[in-house]
Amino acid sequence: MENLVLDNKTKKSRIPAWLDLTQSGTGLVLGLFMWVHMLLISSILLGKGSFNFVANMMELSFLSPTGEGYPIAVVLAVSGVFTLFILHAGLGMRKFPSSYKQYKAVRSQMKLLKHEDTNLWFYQALTGFIMFFAGSVHLYTMLTHPDIDPYISAARVVTSNMWPLYLILLIAVEYHGAIGLYRLCMKWGWFTGKDAKKSRAKLKKLKKTLTAFFLVLGILSLIVFILIGIKNKDKNQEISTVIIPTTIEQTIS
Amino acid sequence: MSNEEKRTLTFEILRYNPQIKGDTPKMKKYEVVEAPGMTVFIVLNEIREEHDPSLQFDFVCRAGICGSCGMIINGEPKLACRTLTDTYPKGIITLLPLPVFELIGDLSVNTGKVMRQMSERVESWIHDKDAENVDLTRIEERMEPEVAEEIYELERCVECGLCLAACATKRMRDDFLGAVGFMRLARYAIDPRDKRSGKEFYDIIGDDDGVFGCMTLLGCEDYCPKDLPHQTQIAYLRRKMALGK
Repeated sequence: MENLVLDNKTKKSRIPAWLDLTQSGTGLVLGLFMWVHMLLISSILLGKGSFNFVANMMELSFLSPTGEGYPIAVVLAVSGVFTLFILHAGLGMRKFPSSYKQYKAVRSQMKLLKHEDTNLWFYQALTGFIMFFAGSVHLYTMLTHPDIDPYISAARVVTSNMWPLYLILLIAVEYHGAIGLYRLCMKWGWFTGKDAKKSRAKLKKLKKTLTAFFLVLGILSLIVFILIGIKNKDKNQEISTVIIPTTIEQTIS
Repeated sequence: MSNEEKRTLTFEILRYNPQIKGDTPKMKKYEVVEAPGMTVFIVLNEIREEHDPSLQFDFVCRAGICGSCGMIINGEPKLACRTLTDTYPKGIITLLPLPVFELIGDLSVNTGKVMRQMSERVESWIHDKDAENVDLTRIEERMEPEVAEEIYELERCVECGLCLAACATKRMRDDFLGAVGFMRLARYAIDPRDKRSGKEFYDIIGDDDGVFGCMTLLGCEDYCPKDLPHQTQIAYLRRKMALGK
């Protein structure tokens, strides 16, 4: 209660420091996770077998005597990511414009200066806002239906009409993550080298390259899932309406 | 440059005098014949002398030292005295007053008020509880030349306010300290004569109005006319404050 009367300047809480560190820490983990996640998903481009191999590894099938794996491993991983996601979203919200007046000030600044990093921040905030909804739907789906398999994923994309959501989520994630990781480097002074300006230019170029790379990878993967989904549309109905069995062979055969 | 080659520049300047009741902001056009080595500052003087004596703008040194003539020139916060007209090939130049600051009139803003508040807020002076007991007959403790140079580098700030005008965070949140304040504090944080502890510095900038409020939009870094290392200094303060070092 002493904070009610104490001069704020004479005694500052350590909480803002922890909030800042946590926001950056969760952002770093989530950003790197998303790149790895995208690489794993893109294994579908090498064929259904490759995707199955990755999926089985994620389900820790190498630990299982029958080779079936443990979908609970996916549930636990998704729960961890979901927790970080909610934490990061809550902390990120603190930086959003909290009133029309603040929103107007940012938009006016963007119009006045046409400054790239200011614009990037706005798009980062916007894509973050989109992810509140799109990301939550995806994470909840994976939490309740943790089975990963090319046919199940394709059925989800086509028959369950998830492709528009995944497309929006892909664009939002790749922009938000890459801008966020670039900004983290700037914020904490990572990779500054001897010439901070040159390092920044290099990091920005890397950021743009990685965004383009992961967007192409994501869109190609989504197209492959759509094609698989269309090809197996009759069986998809079955997959999406029944409780998904543990192995896809049982459903497809 | 012969007379035939001389360009006629078009200046569009925001005119508004809040002291005049009922006055409304409007953009006014002026045409000026370009001269070799002409700066925006020279143009403003010419406009005031030949077109409109009521035009208000700030200046003192005319050489990029005082930091008085900051304004938004074609969408960039710049010093008028250091901006050559020939950097604009189209010959159309728009001038607006710096946002964030109280408008005195036209292109003139009150940066002094904000800078004074900033100085008081970061307690911009050497803090040493034993200062009164210093033996003045003894030679002052030596400072490493590298440290002195580092302090000098940060002291080059002319308080022009361009970093604040370029900061969207400052525009959104008026209480945000901004790069000029961080630069000033970083200067004292590295000065061995300032005996303030990390905790004492934290009490000044350890919140969302201070260093944790910085969203790293880097307008300060990109538009500082003195090329001060804002990005690295703010990152240094953030690490120092967050990690309690």
